Amino acid sequence: MRTVLYLLGLIATAILLAACGSVAVREGGSAVPLRGTGDLGLVIERASGHVTLVNTSSREAYARIGGLGDLSHASVVYSRDARYAYVFGRDGGLTKLDLLEARIVNRVMQSGNAIGGSISQDGRIVVAQNYTPGGIKAFDADTLELLSEVPAEYAPGQFSKVVGLADVPGNKFAYALFDGGEIWVSDFSDPKRPVTARYPAGRQPYDGLVTPNGRHYLAGLFGEDGVALLDLWQPEKGVQRILDKYGKGEEKLPVFKMPHLRGWSVAAGRAWLPAIGRHEVLVADASTWMETARVAVKGQPVFVMASPDGRQIWVNFAFPDNGWVQVIDTLSGQVVQTLQPGKAVLHMEFTPRGEAVWISARDDNRIVIYDTRSFLRIGSLAAEAPSGIFFTSRAARIGF
Amino acid sequence: MLIRRIAAGALGLLLLAGAGLAVAEPTPARQKELVHMVRQDCGSCHGMTLQGGLGPALLPAALADKPAEGLVATIIGGRPGTAMPPWHRFLAEDEAQWIVARLMEGFPK
Repeated sequence: MRTVLYLLGLIATAILLAACGSVAVREGGSAVPLRGTGDLGLVIERASGHVTLVNTSSREAYARIGGLGDLSHASVVYSRDARYAYVFGRDGGLTKLDLLEARIVNRVMQSGNAIGGSISQDGRIVVAQNYTPGGIKAFDADTLELLSEVPAEYAPGQFSKVVGLADVPGNKFAYALFDGGEIWVSDFSDPKRPVTARYPAGRQPYDGLVTPNGRHYLAGLFGEDGVALLDLWQPEKGVQRILDKYGKGEEKLPVFKMPHLRGWSVAAGRAWLPAIGRHEVLVADASTWMETARVAVKGQPVFVMASPDGRQIWVNFAFPDNGWVQVIDTLSGQVVQTLQPGKAVLHMEFTPRGEAVWISARDDNRIVIYDTRSFLRIGSLAAEAPSGIFFTSRAARIGF
Repeated sequence: MLIRRIAAGALGLLLLAGAGLAVAEPTPARQKELVHMVRQDCGSCHGMTLQGGLGPALLPAALADKPAEGLVATIIGGRPGTAMPPWHRFLAEDEAQWIVARLMEGFPK
């Protein structure tokens, strides 16, 4: 009887497969429904070495994966087919995950102390940026085999921590040397023999970004008031200083958490950047790079993040103001909303077309989802000490 | 925050007076807050596991040759010219001493 039922089951499965054509059969024999990854993403659970895989359509978690090591300050990039996530751990671990099968496909320990990574324009090279030993390392995106490395040796025997790594057009990567005070651009056209150009930038660049069109690389400076700007279309002109002396000789303010920069800073023709130490967002025209405004905000900005349509800028803050989030309307240049999503807000991520934003509240062990039009809470998910939230829409963006 | 600290301080004094002890030890609840603060907020730069990041490692081996008073002064007053900010708005000096003592012996989870 049991055998008959089993056979019936098999036949029914075969009929279903033939009928809807929406199921793929893996080698092991188990069936997975065919689906795209455009509405998927993952949340870093920093304290426990886990990631939670999420669906932004159903606003639910669908899997949880552990064994990723130290994920404090972890970051993620996606393969160009948006199926695989590369997770860069603080401990130097580089883990490749399959979002569809919800499993680890590969994992290597690539350094002792890492801060993030990037993926090349053609999607073939994954590059990690490291504090110890300072420099970048390039890996084959398929196999995670080491291809080459560029030690950040800015003076004989002196190695710098690398920050602000971003992919730029031409299979190049731009990054900044915190200790070396330079911007470097490494060309990986030949992945095993990268060629690096160096540009003096200013004191202690703390992070960098590439504008959404891939043309300009901006490195925020910690050691002085200003931002270093490199035009990647004409790098021979060198670094130009913008937002120079925005503190105007005032006493430097203590910074309780370094801000983060990324290409989401450009919106409505302007760049929206965190002021270091000051409770301000700096605004510069994105063609002339002249300061056009400053927006007073509730604390020291950490992420200053434009919605995909550029209409809103969402800002979170350093300790002790990290329970707040403010929203700036880019048309009026005014703060239009002040929210309290939870305790220790670490990160925000917009859904691909920006109708919602997901916010991680570390000390509430919760992801909170807001509607970006009504500012109402429309959902929440449990996660253990969540930090970074990364959706697959990043796969198609340069500089992410 | 301030009220809580004053309350904690007052409670500490009462306890001290009662027990006649000379050591200012933060209350268990405050100790928990301090551990969380070091792991999470100091951890932004020094790493949650304190193995270092933008800031140097704060593990016992890394601190072994450094005088405790200097470390306390760094926490309270920061280090001008570096990214290390002063934490005196959030910490009393005896709390910084307690943190340094814990760091030097291996910081609690």
